[in-house]
This record gives sequence, C-alpha cells and structure tokens, in this order.
Amino acid sequence: MSDAVSKTGRWIDLANPTRFLSLAGAILPWLGGLTALVLAIGFWLSMQAPDDYQQGATVKIMFIHVPFAWLSMMCYTIMTIAALGTLVWRHPLADVSAKAAAPIGAVFTALALITGSLWGKPMWGTWWVWDARLTSVFVLFLMYLGIIALTRAMDDPAKSAKATAILTLVGFINIPIIKFSVDWWNTLHQPASVLRMGGSTIDPSLLWPLLVMAVGFTLLFFTMHIMAMRNEIWRRRVIAMRRVAARSAERRPMTQEGGQ
Amino acid sequence: MMGHTAFILASYGASFVVLAGLIGWIFMDQRIQRQALQELESRGVRRRSETKADSAS
Repeated sequence: MSDAVSKTGRWIDLANPTRFLSLAGAILPWLGGLTALVLAIGFWLSMQAPDDYQQGATVKIMFIHVPFAWLSMMCYTIMTIAALGTLVWRHPLADVSAKAAAPIGAVFTALALITGSLWGKPMWGTWWVWDARLTSVFVLFLMYLGIIALTRAMDDPAKSAKATAILTLVGFINIPIIKFSVDWWNTLHQPASVLRMGGSTIDPSLLWPLLVMAVGFTLLFFTMHIMAMRNEIWRRRVIAMRRVAARSAERRPMTQEGGQ
Repeated sequence: MMGHTAFILASYGASFVVLAGLIGWIFMDQRIQRQALQELESRGVRRRSETKADSAS
C-alpha cells in the first residue's frame, strides 16, 4: 500500500484519506470565509440590480434559480467522475465524494425546482408544466433520491459503492437531456441565454449579479462537499474502530472471567 | 408589480431556510462523528491500519 502511494506520485497523495483530512482542515476556514464574502457581495448586487423590462422585479429570482440549476447539473457531473473513480481505480475516496455530494445535489435540485415554480407562477401563469426541461430536472431530483437511498442501503460501503457508481453513470444520460431539452423540444422554459454561441443575451446589469451569485453558490457547494466528505471519512473510521473494539471485546471474556 | 414581491421573498426565503438546514445538518453530523472518534480514542481503540493487529477480511 505505501509502496503504491509513493510510486504513483503527488495527485494520488491528495486522494489519501488522511492527507485529505489535513488538507480539508487547512482549506475549509478560508473557503468558508470566501463563500460568505462572495455570496454577500452577490446578494447586495442582486438587490441593486434593475428590474427587467418584461419580467419586472421577478428577475431577481433568476439570481438564485439559475445558479441552483447549474449546480444541480455540476454536482451530478462530479458524482459521475467520482463513479468512474470508483469503478476504474476503485479508490475509496471517490465513493466518499459521490456519497457526500448526493444530498447536496438533491437540495440544489429541489431549490431549482422550488424557485423555478415561484418564478413560473407570476411569469408563465402556472406553478408547473410537464414540459421537457421541467420534467427532466424533476427526473434528476428523483435520481438523486435513488442514489441517496442506495448509498445508505447497504452496511458495507464497498458493496454500495459499486452499485451507486453504476446507477450514477447510467443516470448521467439525463444531464445532456436537461441541457439541450430547451432546444430539442418545445418548452415554456427559455433557451440558453448566458452560455451560448454569439455571447450572452442578458444585459450586463443583470449578468454581473448572476455571475457573482453563481460563483458564490459554487464556492458554497465545494465548502459543503469537502465538509460532508470529511464527515463521511470520519464516519467510516468510527465504524472501523467500533468493529476493532467489538472484536477485542469478544476476545477479552476468554481471559477475564465474568466479563460481558 | 407589488404582487411579485411575495414570490421573490418566498424564493429567497425558501432558499435560505433549506440551505441553512443543509449546512446545519452537515455541522451536526460533524459534531457527532468528532465526538464518536474522541470517545473511541479515549478508550484506546485504534484503527486496524494503525495497529496492524488484525489482517482478517
């Protein structure tokens, strides 16, 4: 084991759980502080932003809705990369990453749906339609729930890791469907307007707050993800140590009379 | 346009509550695991990789 680590070089050192823990401990206070700062600036810019000429003040919902939707897809993409890490390199940290990311992704997806609904009611006149974009994001939310259930269904993390990785990889097909659903099908949802060929169609006065909020929520995602990964590593250590404790407790009664 | 304020407040409010809940949950989990680790270490329990006492499974 130690031979393998020294041979494969530096990047895999980062994937060593103990190294990861000390790195996380060093990074997290800074990352958390930066997240709070960028989100505070983003929130302030959002409040200062002018109303849209068509949508009025409801355009403010965009500043949170769009970052949530981006993150719901980014989180799933990270989990897909982690799934490859589990299946190809069988690295335990890859599974830790996927398991820790799933609830965070589910929350961001739920928030994208909730804020979208609250934006849709005044602008489209309806809370919900079963069109391609909304349905595919709803399917993403269900995928997250399925993955969360699967990661917690088995006692042995090694067993659930493989099943979860396969389910995650299969589910990745949904991500391009979400992305291009607004181009492929007729939907109430508008097509891409920020990242598109020929430049953004959003006025800079609205684009800047959106970008700062997007960076802020992305930082928030990584802060929470690293914290959740650290929790998961600790949880596995606690389980491993309890097992060691239980085993030595089983042996002890043989030597100590009357022991339980 | 005033009618829209409720929708904006509801979106920001819901996002704040849900994210605060998620962050709170992560912090609670962190406390539980840290306490469990400390409790085990104070009992002198070590991980297998630290003791190399057992190579089974």
